[in-house]
Amino acid sequence: MELGLLQVWEGGWISAILRGAAITIALGMASMAFGAVIGVGCGLIKWARIFPLTLVVDFYTSVVRGVPELLIIYLLFFSSVEFVARVAAAFGYEGLAGNGYAFTIAVVAIAAISGAYSTEVVRGALAAIPSGHIEAARALGIPGRRIFRRIIAPQMLRIAIPGMNNVWQTTIKDTALVSVVGLQELMRVAFVGAGSTRNPFIFYFIAALVYLAITLVSQGGFDWIERLLRPRTRK
Amino acid sequence: MNFELVFLAVPTLAKGLRLTAMLTVASVAIGFNLGLALAVMRLSNNRALSGFAKGYSTVFRGTPLLVQLFLFYYGLGQLSFVRDNPVLWWIVGDGAHCAVTALALNTAAYTSEILRGGLMSIPGGLVEAAQACGMSRLLCFRRITFPLAIRQALPAYGNELVLVVKGTSLASTITVLEITGHAKRLMSQTYAILEIFAIAGLLYLLINLVLITLVRLLEAHLTRYLPR
Repeated sequence: MELGLLQVWEGGWISAILRGAAITIALGMASMAFGAVIGVGCGLIKWARIFPLTLVVDFYTSVVRGVPELLIIYLLFFSSVEFVARVAAAFGYEGLAGNGYAFTIAVVAIAAISGAYSTEVVRGALAAIPSGHIEAARALGIPGRRIFRRIIAPQMLRIAIPGMNNVWQTTIKDTALVSVVGLQELMRVAFVGAGSTRNPFIFYFIAALVYLAITLVSQGGFDWIERLLRPRTRK
Repeated sequence: MNFELVFLAVPTLAKGLRLTAMLTVASVAIGFNLGLALAVMRLSNNRALSGFAKGYSTVFRGTPLLVQLFLFYYGLGQLSFVRDNPVLWWIVGDGAHCAVTALALNTAAYTSEILRGGLMSIPGGLVEAAQACGMSRLLCFRRITFPLAIRQALPAYGNELVLVVKGTSLASTITVLEITGHAKRLMSQTYAILEIFAIAGLLYLLINLVLITLVRLLEAHLTRYLPR
């Protein structure tokens, strides 16, 4: 059998791939959650043009969106490895290059990338809120914080959902890049499997199928949320 | 900042710049034409053609570029009929050729979605008027539909170009030494990680700035009839 389907089955690779997929999803979700927090914070700063901060945010989003993700991941991993090893050695832990550390750095890297894209989505959503709504709320004498909670936030959320869907899709695909620095996620498992069984085709094919399944399922989920949040208006 | 290091790094990374630019140009040139063909297929009334285009764009947009790259480079290289076929082996056997193929196929999927949006935005009356004038379908596409669609799609296509430039960095994972490949090598040789990152990042930002400016100029040229 040229493709080695049997080897995949007998070598216990199926469970390894599923474990890798679980790590990919966990990594994607954690990065997306942190990215969304960064996005809302920076998006608000960019929308309100809070003076010195808006320059910092502009710098952050244009650098992260203009430089390849791989380069950012290399920067964070290589610059942190030495630092973390030194800190760990100072506290008497040798060989801390375990999965927990790799996962943390991976979340930082992917969250930084996804945060930059979320910022633009949130800023766009805030800009899409009709200014009349906010003026009307001010005219009614509603205090600023409640305007945000009752008028701005709900609309922003609804408008941002399709954009956040796109960010999520790119985020889950970006997690594959972390494999180059050795976190045992889906792509890494496929890489290791391809190397040890010498059947790269079937392993990368399975990995592609799993990624496709993840994106298709989450697409369905986002469509459902979008339908749920659609305002109930008269036709 | 260490100046000796800068003198070492800049010429090396500039060498990578040429390869990055070549990878980008080649994959965009192939990917745009493929994407245009896919967009037209997607909008055709033929079920099989539009189904194929839809499936193609779902698969290529639903999987990471890295997986596609490895599947082509390592996966197809394993199959004996690919290795025995000189044309296929020319594509798959070399890292740069393989990277261009994968990038072109990937960007074609995104381009097809962008162009489809542009093509769908054209008012039906324009096409009907062209038909009433007796234009053939090809002439109508060349003179009416395509110029209007591209004008509509250009801003989104500019973003896609930036994504292609960033995508070329993945070629470094299959032995192609473009900017990121050289940067990674220099990082592990010199340990001056932040400096190398800054220089490599600036080169990428420079490419993207040039591309975006070109797209803006083209857009201004195409919409020159509009009042400003």
